[in-house]
Amino acid sequence: MKFLLQRIAFYLFTAWAALTINFFIPRLIPGDPVTSLINKYQGQISTEAIQSLYVLFGLDKNASLWSQYVDYWGQVFRGDLGLSFTFFPTPVIDILQQSLPWTIALVGITTIVSFAIGTGLGVLAGWRRGSWLDGLLPVTTFLSSIPYFWLGLLAIAVLAGPDSIFPSSGGYEPGLVPGWTPEFMGSAINHSLLPAITILISSVSGWILSMRNMMVTVASEDYITVAHAKGLPEKRVMLSYAARNALLPNVSGFALSLGFIVGGTLLVEIVFSYPGIGYNLFQAVGSKDYPLMQGVFLVITLSVLVANLIADVAYLLLDPRTRKEG
Amino acid sequence: MNAKEPVLEIKDFNVDYGLGDQGVRAVRDVTLTLHRGEVLGLAGESGSGKSTLAYGVTRLLPPPGVISGGSVIYHPPGGDPYDVMSLTDRELRAFRWAETSIVFQGAMNSLNPVHKVSTQMLDVIRAHEPDLSPQARLDRAKKMLKLVGISADRMDAYPHQLSGGMRQRVMIGMALVLEPQVVIMDEPTTALDVVMQRQILAQLVELRETLGFSVLFITHDLSLLVEFSDRIAIMYGGRIVEEAKSADLYKDSLHPYSEGLLKSFPALRGPRKELSGIPGSPPDLRGMPSGCSFHPRCPHAFDRCSDEVPLLGIPSARNDPSRSVACWLPGRVPVG
Repeated sequence: MKFLLQRIAFYLFTAWAALTINFFIPRLIPGDPVTSLINKYQGQISTEAIQSLYVLFGLDKNASLWSQYVDYWGQVFRGDLGLSFTFFPTPVIDILQQSLPWTIALVGITTIVSFAIGTGLGVLAGWRRGSWLDGLLPVTTFLSSIPYFWLGLLAIAVLAGPDSIFPSSGGYEPGLVPGWTPEFMGSAINHSLLPAITILISSVSGWILSMRNMMVTVASEDYITVAHAKGLPEKRVMLSYAARNALLPNVSGFALSLGFIVGGTLLVEIVFSYPGIGYNLFQAVGSKDYPLMQGVFLVITLSVLVANLIADVAYLLLDPRTRKEG
Repeated sequence: MNAKEPVLEIKDFNVDYGLGDQGVRAVRDVTLTLHRGEVLGLAGESGSGKSTLAYGVTRLLPPPGVISGGSVIYHPPGGDPYDVMSLTDRELRAFRWAETSIVFQGAMNSLNPVHKVSTQMLDVIRAHEPDLSPQARLDRAKKMLKLVGISADRMDAYPHQLSGGMRQRVMIGMALVLEPQVVIMDEPTTALDVVMQRQILAQLVELRETLGFSVLFITHDLSLLVEFSDRIAIMYGGRIVEEAKSADLYKDSLHPYSEGLLKSFPALRGPRKELSGIPGSPPDLRGMPSGCSFHPRCPHAFDRCSDEVPLLGIPSARNDPSRSVACWLPGRVPVG
């Protein structure tokens, strides 16, 4: 318990540091959001409006850096991340709330499925070394070396088209209203198939390889021989003795990949014009939308931190050696 | 208990590492009988094939180890003997641990680090006696731990919370929990200090009297065997070169290699003797010397030693059926 509190304190500190950096970065970049907004509207903004825009973006030249910093924290806690330029005047928080579920649903589910399938196949391949499953290895190595956005482009070129059941872009049929209706859900699932398969194919092989290698390492441990000598059923030795131990490094890898759900598959979302947070970031970068970028970075940072915390807790639960006495 | 009744008979046992031309024969034509209730010591240098023999007998050899010949006849109490080598996988699983259990060399790594001691003790009982109630399983595991000197509250400990000696006790307790007829111990005390070695061995002798199992005790420490085992077999280059009662072997060893082993540790009592050791190094299994594999290091070697392999048999000079030796020296050549 004490260990857990220590970890939480550590992550709170890291979050503070990340948010502070998030505050300073836009202020260090040459030029500022207001200038780019003025450029965007090409002189159609009055001087008073410019001053109020500066205040609005928290870039008030008259306020000291410290009071800006304090204001920034107040805004973060209120969930006020400023207004987006691209979708002016929609608040950034609204945009994130809209896009986050798409990313979490698409990438979250595929990450979990990919981990489950990859680990399962890895266990079998490692345990039955020398069987036909070893034939999978060159294939998986090949697949894992393909960048997934390229696989996505390929999938669109080959599978999507006017006559195909796979749509090539978007998250749902343009005419539909988002909601928990069967039509909308069906359309959303249909749209997510290609990006999901793309991510799955390129990420599953990593899990297979690492799990298989750990299984091979663990299989030569003395306690596996002892388990065989004890006359335990083969399945029990494989799962409870070998896989249980081999899983440990993969679990931390899995928790870390959960952290990259939000930011990691940016390119897939861009390729498929998927309405997720990665696509938001792409749009924000394209139009110098600093508040949106800041918001996306904030979400990415926090999700990586949370994933790390989950990894710590999972390890604590799975490996008794990491638990401290008392 | 009849000491002459066999419980495990190893006959013409051969183990190879690798197949075909690259294969290396690690155990050659070993014939060894373990009698009911006795402690049979198996001693030899590193690489002499002791552990390979133990793994082979229980069919636990990891690849590329292959059993290339021989049989291991197990005599269950009150049942018909059968060959362990011809058991099906299912029968083999039932045979393991319930009839023959093993205590391995690495006490540190023999326990799964992520499971509690109780989990690891209970799963073996459940695998072999599925009809036992959970409470009865727990009681038996606790009773056995108590016998090896571990208090019952350590059941919930993880292996890393136990000392090396405690872990080895747990392993011994686990090996005995199904009350097997044969316990194979592969250097069980090598990783422990001498005080702990002595404690555990004394306890083992005590347990053997209560439970009545037989022990095949494998070690490189002949001094340990001399005082603790009933009979000793000496292994060299994959063959048994001498077999005798411990006292006979200690007082009057017949094979020059046994003699060399005995001379390489000091006696606690009696007159001081010069420690001599054995010159040279263990043979390379890939290029075994012709004839007796010990002849290049043997102080008494003569022409015949490099030409013919001596066979294990009762030495002509000692007309004692309890001993056998494989040597060409006069008086040691088998009778008949």
